[in-house]
Amino acid sequence: MKQPLSIHPAETPSSSPALTALRPAFITSIPIMAGFLFIALAYGFYMQRIGFSFLYPMTMAMTIYGGSLEFVTASMLLSPFAPLQCFLMAFMIQARHLFYGIAMLDRYKGTGWKKFFLIFFMCDETFSLIYTTPVPEGVDRKWFMLWISFLDYLYWVVGAALGGLFGALIPFELKGIEFVMTAMFVSVFLEQYLKDTQKISGLIGFAVSIVCLVVFGPNSFIIPTMAGILIFVTLLRKQLERAGGAAE
Amino acid sequence: MTFLEQVLTIGVCAAATMLTRFLPFLVFSSKKPTPPYIRFLGKVLPSAVFAMLVIYCVRNVSFLTGSHGIPELIGIAVTAALHVWKRNMLLSIFGGTALYMVLVH
Repeated sequence: MKQPLSIHPAETPSSSPALTALRPAFITSIPIMAGFLFIALAYGFYMQRIGFSFLYPMTMAMTIYGGSLEFVTASMLLSPFAPLQCFLMAFMIQARHLFYGIAMLDRYKGTGWKKFFLIFFMCDETFSLIYTTPVPEGVDRKWFMLWISFLDYLYWVVGAALGGLFGALIPFELKGIEFVMTAMFVSVFLEQYLKDTQKISGLIGFAVSIVCLVVFGPNSFIIPTMAGILIFVTLLRKQLERAGGAAE
Repeated sequence: MTFLEQVLTIGVCAAATMLTRFLPFLVFSSKKPTPPYIRFLGKVLPSAVFAMLVIYCVRNVSFLTGSHGIPELIGIAVTAALHVWKRNMLLSIFGGTALYMVLVH
């Protein structure tokens, strides 16, 4: 067997698998730390600016833990109470987790008590890290996955809480900071759209949303839009699959 | 919205999210293949949903009165251009937001 290069010289056979896995997991998570802290800070600022104490972004970060939805939830909190619409919208925005879960069925098998937390801490970034990063030799795979998941979660919660706290201390007006949500979705959309092999469903999303916004108005266009998108992509399934949307 | 309604709204969002995280592990087995229709939706829905969310963000912008949504359109165009150019999400978000903040000041 090839002798692996140890990236942590302190490692001894007796050191605990949890501690041994922490260092490589932390190093792996550094890019996410930068990104999460930045976006979560902006999210905390935004929540503060629209009138919520730091407890709101912090609690939402801890319980929802999903940037896109947390921004949308902030808008919901400022709108009339509509639990069914909130549920459907949240489910639709987060539906991509379903596919991360399906992809992780095998890898999370046999992880014992850690499985609950691995699933609880799942997000886009954590999924892509765990899915693509090979576990260093001599490192416990389960702990490595759990540390990455937990560290990403921690960065997000800390960033959101700090943003909410410091947002109140900033003396100048942060007029326009709410655009961070729009900018985030524009780049998330483009990132997905540029990756798509078929370029139709993104355009369906825009077309149906705009028509429904004009027809149903800003407070009630989401549910018809989601229904419309589902109907159109289902009707156009053959065309979409031919254009490259076929499941591989 | 009352405090209770706020708690319920956040709770409903958290519950829906948890459902999306846990459902695959409850429903699918790693031995059986995922139904093709579900995999198809997994491929085509994300960009449609994100497009919907972009529109959701500008749902209250009035394009016929006031500033006619021009700062928003410029902000979106610059964010998009930055993203296509550099493919760096942080740069696009930061650049687009900073420009928008300058425009509305």
